Amino acid sequence: MKTFVCIKRVPDTSEAEVKVDATGKDVDNSRFSFDINDADNYAVEEAVLIKEAKGGTVQVVCLGPQDADVMIRMALAKGGDSAIRIDDPRINVLDPLKVAKVLAAVVKGQEFDLVLTGCMANDDGNMAVGVAMAEELGVPHAAMVKKLEVEDGKVKAHRELEGGISEVVEIDLPAVITIQTGINEPRYAPIRGIRQAQKKELKVLKLEDLGLAESDVNADSSLVELQKLYIPEVVSHAEIIEGEPEEKAEIMATKLVKGGLL
Amino acid sequence: MGDVFVLIEHRQGTLRDVSLEMLTKASEVAGQLGGETVAVLIGSGVDSFAEKVAGYSDKVLYVDDPLFADYNSEKYQKVLVELIKQYNPGLVMIGHTTQGVDLAPALAVEMNLPFVTDVIDLEFVDGKPQPVRQYYQGKVNANFAFKGEPPYLITFREATLEAGEPSKQGKVEKVESPLKEDIGYRRFIEYVEAEVGDVDITQSEILIAVGRGIREDKNMAMIEDLAKTIKADICGSRAATDAGWIPHDRQVGTSGKTVKPKLYIAIGISGAFQHLAGMKGAKTIVAINKDPDAPIFTVADFAIIDDLFKVVPKLTEKLKELRG
Repeated sequence: MKTFVCIKRVPDTSEAEVKVDATGKDVDNSRFSFDINDADNYAVEEAVLIKEAKGGTVQVVCLGPQDADVMIRMALAKGGDSAIRIDDPRINVLDPLKVAKVLAAVVKGQEFDLVLTGCMANDDGNMAVGVAMAEELGVPHAAMVKKLEVEDGKVKAHRELEGGISEVVEIDLPAVITIQTGINEPRYAPIRGIRQAQKKELKVLKLEDLGLAESDVNADSSLVELQKLYIPEVVSHAEIIEGEPEEKAEIMATKLVKGGLL
Repeated sequence: MGDVFVLIEHRQGTLRDVSLEMLTKASEVAGQLGGETVAVLIGSGVDSFAEKVAGYSDKVLYVDDPLFADYNSEKYQKVLVELIKQYNPGLVMIGHTTQGVDLAPALAVEMNLPFVTDVIDLEFVDGKPQPVRQYYQGKVNANFAFKGEPPYLITFREATLEAGEPSKQGKVEKVESPLKEDIGYRRFIEYVEAEVGDVDITQSEILIAVGRGIREDKNMAMIEDLAKTIKADICGSRAATDAGWIPHDRQVGTSGKTVKPKLYIAIGISGAFQHLAGMKGAKTIVAINKDPDAPIFTVADFAIIDDLFKVVPKLTEKLKELRG
């Protein structure tokens, strides 16, 4: 099996305050910590599991700045064979269809069986890149896959639907599969793997290396345009419990008991 | 600009709520777009759905063919391409759901449509529609403008509004399937029902829900202690399920269960919209999270903005005391 796995470097904003910067079209990300996107981490693990079971190779693909090399090396340490990073500020990364075009251009013309990527990015939540890539590549796809059975020339993909129900579909290879979190248990990179990863090939490419022109993927070429970013007005009717942690606990406990909430 | 196409979503003989929600939104904006609300229904023998959505539409385009007995995004795509070419709508709405995200991006690429995902609202600026979506799990909103010619394509987030009452009587127009034979490269096999666990959290009166903020499995002991004290069942977010802290059948949210307990105590849950959709019907919601911007506080009745590791043990202690 020849597998490509596409990963993204994303900020961890789960507990961070997000501020819109002076341009009004970007956020101030100077205080964020970054990591591999959650679902992509599961995609890397799935690619490595397939390689371990069936043989073959895993190539890591990432569109991002040099800081993404940390995440790429980690994926290589877990079992990836080589990596390609596309680093080109001319690409409109706000447009998932442009991102898909770029990533597809990496895979296009190469032999492959599977492209895996996370079904959603934590930061933009578009859930669009993998499926758009499949269309660019002219191959079938399945999105939000929570279990993947690789067979001869095809896969059985269990798509996670609303309410915990799965839809099982059979898809001919080559194909693009977008991976849902929880499909496996991502491993920690072994120390030996981390050392070996330093020696594995990591190519950095520009648009021209992919046979793309700036006018294929820049902001002008996008059919949608960001107008403004803003912090939504939070409409909360919650009663805010004030005090030191202990006082808060005491007030809340009293409310629960005396208020007949239990 | 033209009509608003709404792709009707249904599964296993049930019309999905997002269908009527989108039709409600479409009816709100169709006038400003200079068109009508058109429900696009693709299925096999789903006449009752055609009737139902007609109450929310000016017209129903109904492709009724055994080829569509089960959902298959690649087959839907082929039909939509032909219908969009033929009818040239101004705006196409597809649910930002497991069906929609498997379909819309490919459709956008194939037809080169201006495309915005996970839209929560449509605003109008100088008479032109601007889809509103969110970044960073609801912490930032963004307005987009469409460039180029319609049709425009959006996926619309479910449960952002309540479906209205039926007030129209759209004409149901049967359309012959543009797809004549099955496609070979993607085959529907079966639906697998959700696993059944030891506790049915949809029936629980008191729920304690945990999320990413719990950090480690060993911290669940503290939660179990609280749960025992107030006779609550434990459930959680996707992050808690993925981490293995709670079983899959106890996941609350769009991909898990929808719960309506008397009391819901959310601990270390930021409140992604997928989670909120599954629990906002709870009677009383207590949220404990140290991030004041966490979206969970938008649905909470009581907000404890603090370190859960400091608050929860004290809360348990005090509850034990008060309840003797």
